[in-house]
Order: sequence, then C-alpha cells, then structure tokens
Amino acid sequence: MADSECPDCAGHISPRPGIESGEVISCPDCGAKLEVKSVSPFVLEKAPEVQEDWGE
Amino acid sequence: MRVALLYTLITPENKLLLGAARAKGVELEKVQDDSLEMELTHSGRQFDGVLQRSSSYARTLYSSFYLEQMGTFVCNPYKAHHLCGDKFLASILLAKNKIPTPKTYGAFSADAARAAAAKLSFPVVMKPVFGSWARMVHRLNDADSLSNELESREEMGHAFQKVYYLQEHINKPGRDLRVFVIGQQAIAGIYRNSTAKSGWITNTGRGGTASNCPITPETNELAVRAANVFGEGIYGVDMMERADGSLVVHEVNHTTEFRNSIAPSGVDIPAKMIDYFISKVKQ
Repeated sequence: MADSECPDCAGHISPRPGIESGEVISCPDCGAKLEVKSVSPFVLEKAPEVQEDWGE
Repeated sequence: MRVALLYTLITPENKLLLGAARAKGVELEKVQDDSLEMELTHSGRQFDGVLQRSSSYARTLYSSFYLEQMGTFVCNPYKAHHLCGDKFLASILLAKNKIPTPKTYGAFSADAARAAAAKLSFPVVMKPVFGSWARMVHRLNDADSLSNELESREEMGHAFQKVYYLQEHINKPGRDLRVFVIGQQAIAGIYRNSTAKSGWITNTGRGGTASNCPITPETNELAVRAANVFGEGIYGVDMMERADGSLVVHEVNHTTEFRNSIAPSGVDIPAKMIDYFISKVKQ
C-alpha cells in the first residue's frame, strides 16, 4: 500500500497493518483526526466532527 | 446468509466486532451509513441481518426502521432504539414494568419543571431526552442552578431541548454499574468509578474508570428484566446503588459501547455479540 498525505498539513502517513476503511487515525505531524476512506489505495479525509446525536 | 455491520465510523467497538466475526468465519459486510441509498417506496431485502452500530441516533432510527420493513433482521430492533434512546419514554416503560428506577418527571415549560423539581427536592438531575456520553447531564443543587439551566434551554432553538426531564438524584457510592445483557443473560458487568476528572459523573468517556462487577443473581435478574422491556437484544443496562444497597436502573443503552469493559470483566463481549447476532439471523 502506498502512503498518503494529511489533507490538513500534507504530512506523510503510512497505513499500519490491519487498518480498516472507516477508522479514524491521527496525523502524526499535526494531530488532525482523519478518516480512512479507502485502504487500497490509501485515501484519507478529514474525519467528521462528533455530532449532537452521536452516542450509544 | 448475507450479514452486515452498519456503522458511521469504525470505532474500536466496531473493529472488535469485525475481528470477532472474521475469527468465526463470518463475512460481516461493512456498510457505512452515509453511503446508504434507501428507496423508501420499494420493498426488497438486501441483507438477512444487520448489526446496527451507527453512531448517529437519527440514522439509527431511520435505517433500522427501513431495514426491518424490508424484511431484514436488525440487531437491535427499531423498537429498542426508539424507546431506549428517548429517556422520557424509557423512564415511563421502566416504571410501568416494575423495574426500580429513579423518580423522574417530564415537563414542557420552565414553570412546570420548577414545580417538578420542588417535588423531587434538590439536588435534582436534569438530562436531555436524547443524548449520550453524559452530554448536558447536570446535577442541579438549588433553585438558582435550575433557573439558569432552564433559561439556557429556553434560549436554545431545538424543540426537544425544551422537553424537560428531571430525575431524583441518587447519592451513589462514587460508582455505578454497567451490565451487558445479550438475549436472556447478563454476560458481563463493570463498575464505572467516578474520578477527579469525571466529577460526579461515571462515564468512562468522561474520565471515569472501569473495574470488574461480578454478575450476581440479583443483577442478572434485574438487568435482563430491564432489557426485556425494550425487546430482546444486546444492551448495556446502567444501574445505581441506593444507600441501602438496592439497585435502580437509570438507563438502558441500545448501541452499547464496550471497549473499556472487556479487560476488567475478562469477557469477550464482541465474540458473544457476534454469536448472538448470527444465531438470531439463522432463526
């Protein structure tokens, strides 16, 4: 899998083994919360903000 | 058999569920809720079973109803989400079914809320009717605090924020219980302990800590009875201890989180959830 770029700071991010699409990871450079939109190719987007109706 | 996990994000819980399914040789398809295209006027079943794990209450309600009407087994069912997710409705049903629960009032105006608080006597606990993770759950120690809270709510635009839910404050011993019910059995439990960070709240997402709570016959019986009020499924039943040690159920969680409960309880909660879900889909 190729690396991807943080959409916020353009930092270089490598997918860790076992990562799933839909997971949220933190950019190691700027700390931005990023959603894995696709594993292969490795595509990242800014993660959605927690919404008022989220919960358990 | 076609089964899916419906989710908003792959949270730690959802990742554990996917892993548990794979370990059992179950192909649990991932369906992100924002990708759903639902033709409401067409009847047709895509999945035999859906494990409902959306983070959004609105999406949970609509997708569960839609899928059920299309003939899919949804775990938990729409009824559970609808009734557990609305604290106003849940309190009525718990009491009606003789589940010990804190004394609670509902009101539609600030004046009626003040009258209810006077009957409960301070401190009282005020919660939004919809909400999770202890958001906007406030302990109000006196009439001034209540007036401030009511003024804030009256200024908010959302009609449901003006549905007031006031509850007796239980002077719990710095902890409450989260009991996991699957089907007709309480499979695990934790104490959620308040800390300096969490304050009087015990939610682990707010800084509370988890420790093992052994399931006794009493907690099993009460948790299962409380869960059954909302229809058989998978629940996190929250209980508090009164000063005399008796238990009251204050909340039943319909899409329960469990990431912090596996280690202290020693129970493989996601594996048991998958076992139950698959067994029900096959029925």
